[in-house]
Amino acid sequence: MTPALEAEGLVFAYDGRRVLDGVSLRVAPGELVGVIGPNGCGKTTLVRLLSGVLMPHAGTVRLAGRPLAGHRRREIARRLAVLPQDPHLDASFTALEVVLMGRAPHLPPLALPRREDVAISRAVLARLGVAALEGRPLDRLSGGERQRVLLGRALVQEPDVLLLDEPTTHLDLRHQAGIYDVVDAIRRERGTAVVSVLHDVSLAAARCDRLVLLAAGRVAGEGPPAAVLTAEALSAAYGVPVTVGWSPEARAPIVLARGRSGV
Amino acid sequence: MRASYLTRRRLLATVVALLAALLVSIAATSLVGPVHASLRRALGPGGPSTPDYVIIVRTRLPRVLLGAVVGGSLSAAGAALQALLQNPLAEPHLLGVSSGAAVAGMVALIAGADPVSPLVPAAAFAGALGTMALVYLAARAHGRTTPHAILLVGVVCNAIAAAAIMLVNAIASYAQARGVLFWIMGALSTQSYALVALVAVYALAGLGWLVAHAQSLNLFAAGDEGAQQLGVDVEGARRSVFVAASLLVAAAVSVSGMIGFVGLIVPHLLRLVLGPDQRLLLPASFLGGAVFLVWADAAARTALGPAELPVGVVTALVGGPFFVFLLRRRLARTLP
Repeated sequence: MTPALEAEGLVFAYDGRRVLDGVSLRVAPGELVGVIGPNGCGKTTLVRLLSGVLMPHAGTVRLAGRPLAGHRRREIARRLAVLPQDPHLDASFTALEVVLMGRAPHLPPLALPRREDVAISRAVLARLGVAALEGRPLDRLSGGERQRVLLGRALVQEPDVLLLDEPTTHLDLRHQAGIYDVVDAIRRERGTAVVSVLHDVSLAAARCDRLVLLAAGRVAGEGPPAAVLTAEALSAAYGVPVTVGWSPEARAPIVLARGRSGV
Repeated sequence: MRASYLTRRRLLATVVALLAALLVSIAATSLVGPVHASLRRALGPGGPSTPDYVIIVRTRLPRVLLGAVVGGSLSAAGAALQALLQNPLAEPHLLGVSSGAAVAGMVALIAGADPVSPLVPAAAFAGALGTMALVYLAARAHGRTTPHAILLVGVVCNAIAAAAIMLVNAIASYAQARGVLFWIMGALSTQSYALVALVAVYALAGLGWLVAHAQSLNLFAAGDEGAQQLGVDVEGARRSVFVAASLLVAAAVSVSGMIGFVGLIVPHLLRLVLGPDQRLLLPASFLGGAVFLVWADAAARTALGPAELPVGVVTALVGGPFFVFLLRRRLARTLP
């Protein structure tokens, strides 16, 4: 089966400093791959390379088997959507207007949204539990509401591949779970492949099919959560003593950084 | 509260309403002036030979129409630039294009061109295009520009041009300097329907070009990377909008000097009422800017009796305080 998205030997450097050094990754349709690793290990750079807003200095990214560089922007946007880490926004657009922007790659440049675009966007807002907020400007929304609206924008692109860059950073436990519940449903229904960067290693363990552990720009571990999340691998990658437990309910590892005081 | 998204019906209704307001404004302001002229006499039997006809049809109407086109161009360019540069303070004269036009127009005046000859607008237009190319190239590195760089280079160009204008003014004679000053402050005057038609064709082409990029301008609100991820060829769209806006400004400034504030306050005011969607905001700004400048020029023609104020003085005197009022209202609403 052709992977939905495939990266091979990605190298990228800012001002001569290599942030990614030969990173490879593949996601099958319907799969959720989590990318974890310490701050500055290149996670966000990886997302930018995978979405084609940065070009790798070496290596290739393939979308449905074709190199990303051979696609036009609109074509990529119809197949691949991104929920960025620090979204840039004009706060005077309403929630519905922001979600409708996700339909732009499916519309001719001069067209107003069609009835079906509005219907798709409203359905996504309802699914994310923010239907009642459609007429509110973004600056009148809470952080969690805004994040769901932006996820909505990515979902109405109806992508084959969804890239999430720390989608739950500002969210409480209920909304963290809620976001991944919606993502799981989309994966089942549409076979969307998902790559998600996560800070919270336990959350990654509980929700992802596979994990990629990045450290210093290289892949330090890859596989099912239980195989990747060992105390040795995590301590080495994060540079801090780590305890790994096991949750029978989640059937996933639970990770706790102990700190240097040696609790 | 405004609607939650832009429908075809709202777009059409708004444009039709503003168009009606513009037509009424053009008709009304053609009848306003320091000298009384009767429309009935002008259009009555033997009309074309009456002084009323000469005043209304030969003198006022072309000037009012020119005001409409210039106001529309500046305002639409302002709306586009505010979205393109993601900066609410962006306005047409910020790009340096107007200063380039002013310097070239002034040089033509000082070199002895008759102030009413077509040589001055032609020189100004050439100066504007030259500056536009200069700003774009200077703000570009590795084939890419940033809004930040365009703004900074534009501001620097303005400063250099201002110095050049002062320098030439210091050398020029008193009469020449006064003519230049009047022109820089912005004034509308023409008796040529051909000029009005030329600028109008230009303005409508520029507006059409901007509207064709309206959706890309909306997506610029998601930032450069966000816009790319939503399918926009960011560099191409930025270049197109920059050139289209510059050409609109160049045409407007060449025939009217630097009329300030239209391009800043009209789009702002309309954005407060209509929301930020550029597909509506661009045509609405064009029509709204036309209405605004037509009335501002009527005030400029009548405020001091037979003497005339530069219309730029009126737009700044009316527009400045009004803008601060809007800003304060918004601050009071958004700050806790």
